[in-house]
Amino acid sequence: MSKIRFLLPLVLLACLVWFLGAGLKLDPKEVPSPLIGRPAPDFQLTQLDNAQTVVSRADMVGQVWILNVWASWCAACREEHPVLLRFAARTPVVIMGLDYKDERAAGQRWLRNFGNPYRASLFDEDGRVGIDWGVYGVPETFVIDKEGIVRFKHIGPLTDEVIQTRLEPLIRSLNG
Amino acid sequence: MIPEIGHFLLWIALGVSLLLATVPLIGAGRQRTEWMAYARPSVFALFGLVSVAFLCLVASFVRHDFSVLYVASNSNSALPVEYRIAGVWGGHEGSLLLWVEMLCLWMVAVAMFSKHLPQQVLARILAVMGMISVGFLLFMLITSNPFDRLFPVPVDGRDLNPLLQDPGMVTHPPMLYMGYVGFSVAFAFAIAALIGGNLDATWARWTRPWTTVAWLFLTIGIALGSSWAYYELGWGGWWFWDPVENASLMPWLLGTALIHSLAVTEKRNSFKSWTVLLAILAFSFSLLGTFLVRSGVLSSVHAFATDPRRGLFILGFLTVVIGSSFALYAWRAPTVGLGARFALISKETALLANNVLFLVAAAAVLLGTLYPLFLDALGMGKISVGPPYFDAIFLPLMVPVVFLMGVGPVAKWKQAALPDITVRLRWAALAAVLAAMLAGIAAGELHLGATCGLVMAFWIVASIAEDLWTRVGSKSSSVNDVVSRARQLPRAWVGMMVAHAGVAAFCFGVAMVRNYEVEKDVQMAVGDSTSLKGYTFIFKGTRELQGPNYSALQGVVDVSDGSTTQVMHPEKRIYRVQQNPMTEAAIDAGVTRDLYVSLGEQLDSGAWIIRIYVKPFINWIWFGCMLMAAGGLIAATDRRYRRAGKNERSGMEAT
Repeated sequence: MSKIRFLLPLVLLACLVWFLGAGLKLDPKEVPSPLIGRPAPDFQLTQLDNAQTVVSRADMVGQVWILNVWASWCAACREEHPVLLRFAARTPVVIMGLDYKDERAAGQRWLRNFGNPYRASLFDEDGRVGIDWGVYGVPETFVIDKEGIVRFKHIGPLTDEVIQTRLEPLIRSLNG
Repeated sequence: MIPEIGHFLLWIALGVSLLLATVPLIGAGRQRTEWMAYARPSVFALFGLVSVAFLCLVASFVRHDFSVLYVASNSNSALPVEYRIAGVWGGHEGSLLLWVEMLCLWMVAVAMFSKHLPQQVLARILAVMGMISVGFLLFMLITSNPFDRLFPVPVDGRDLNPLLQDPGMVTHPPMLYMGYVGFSVAFAFAIAALIGGNLDATWARWTRPWTTVAWLFLTIGIALGSSWAYYELGWGGWWFWDPVENASLMPWLLGTALIHSLAVTEKRNSFKSWTVLLAILAFSFSLLGTFLVRSGVLSSVHAFATDPRRGLFILGFLTVVIGSSFALYAWRAPTVGLGARFALISKETALLANNVLFLVAAAAVLLGTLYPLFLDALGMGKISVGPPYFDAIFLPLMVPVVFLMGVGPVAKWKQAALPDITVRLRWAALAAVLAAMLAGIAAGELHLGATCGLVMAFWIVASIAEDLWTRVGSKSSSVNDVVSRARQLPRAWVGMMVAHAGVAAFCFGVAMVRNYEVEKDVQMAVGDSTSLKGYTFIFKGTRELQGPNYSALQGVVDVSDGSTTQVMHPEKRIYRVQQNPMTEAAIDAGVTRDLYVSLGEQLDSGAWIIRIYVKPFINWIWFGCMLMAAGGLIAATDRRYRRAGKNERSGMEAT
């Protein structure tokens, strides 16, 4: 019996390796979302820069729009930000932000400091809405069509390549 | 031609390390002296081969050889020479080459400074390190060759990631890798001892200085990385619980536990199977860190584009190395025995508790880092873990660690008396609380969180002072007496005290910054002024500036504290090749505070958003880390390691 405890590290390692192996097969940037092809989850959130204004899912119906999940504590969002700013400057599509599990002041400051690509940012303080949307790792980006159906999801920082090869063709076809 | 030479040398190095991994090991098993003697020369050969290969890559960078894929991806003709050299470890392939180069350095160090070890032990140690180098050379040659050619040859390179174009990045990875890889020495000693069955106090004494040196490099590496994040990322933070940061913190936590556990094994011959497990774990976490960073299972700012074969290879390598070590452990450790017994209240107990706390902290960081992956692999949904989790779990674990840091050094081995400890430390405790409250009042306001942090810092200082007084001052009659007693303090003890004082400085810095930092975002047109904490900031405007490979807008901000005025220059840079905007904060560093000014965006009116921080005592965080490292250095050069080396050698020569 006493010898068995010396086997414990080996057993723990086996579990860990199984998980890591399984993790290798999952590409964190390409996880298919069960949301795709379904109506976007409902939400009612205040705007980040205006705690009095509430935005809900119904306000967005009728147009193609993009939801970009970010947070001031998120390192990868910092990397994504210039890409998003450039994209926002040239696209007519509405880009909404979802400030996920953040503090209002920190989020506002972040946008002031690094630039604001969003029409508005929704403030998801406790992360409830993020959970409904299946947010897994910040940043994440969703494309929602005119009927309010989620058509595309990207996990991890957007790159110019993803925007040019995936986002823009999709938006053109949804608008066309 | 140069890249081909480098590539070719790596293949030869692989051959040499294969021989190194097998011949001396078999020789040690069969008592064949001439086979074991093979170990040292092949270590030197391996070092020479890998070093020349490394220089080949450096040369390709310096000469702008964009026909090499790795150079083309990480350099540019306008890149200054110091960053071309740093570019060698700016990406995946070159980082690996640096890893192997460091491993060879450590092997050479072991071969040179361990002549006093029995030949069998040395042969086994070097063979185990040879096995590790086989794995990494294979990894490089199969999946990540830094010398791959690119055709057609591009006119210019894609440039080094602008985030990495910074003096801190030139030194941070080599230090970090010295530490990571350094734990392979402790690991090799542990495996050799498990194979040979000589797991005892002598083994612990041999291992200790190596572990301490590896640990001190890791400490410096982490501190450099954190200060880089502070001034380069432009967010004013110094630790982000990013997966890559966690990957370096976990081996550090285990290495810290190992250093303390080794002390018990050396002095009391206890904790042997526990110490050997920690030695295996510390290196395993270094490998795991490499896996996490290099395989792309977790997305992070530091992660580079990856290919799945790499992840699979490291996972396979990880499984073989750690799996076989744990199997060996499960087979040999039960026969080791428990060593000397100790009472519930004793130095051993304090150190055991320290070990458990560090292990739990490392496990908690691992859990937080991998949790999203676990849930996803189990199909249980997707979540993200942010700094709130780590703060909530990590701080409560560190409070008892700091408490024990005061108690442990004054407790006696084997059996200590609680009343004795209480009597000795009650004044220290009182002084710590008073000093913390005074510091809080001096900083502006009393505040529970801040006071707790400050009590921790002052508690360490006060208990060190008490211990020092008992050892040096209390029985001395004259100043000369004090000096002579102080000179006789063993370096190991002095090193411990310096490192603990480093922890105190670190706690102090963290507590001050977390609680008394002030910041302000202001909209400033040319000529506007604002004040914060007694400093007046006047925005004088911006000017354009051309760097070697970037264009910048430089803000001019006059700062005055009433008597003196100085100019600060925060910048916004656009690097020409990658077109990334970078914020370069202007920092006026000081002992009691940093002034931190960064440019936000320009408004339509022409005014700028400017962000200003006053960060009290933030440099104490890194100063504390440097003290810890200095303590490590002092302890590692303790006389008894050198003397022990001589004794053993002369003993062996006599027989």
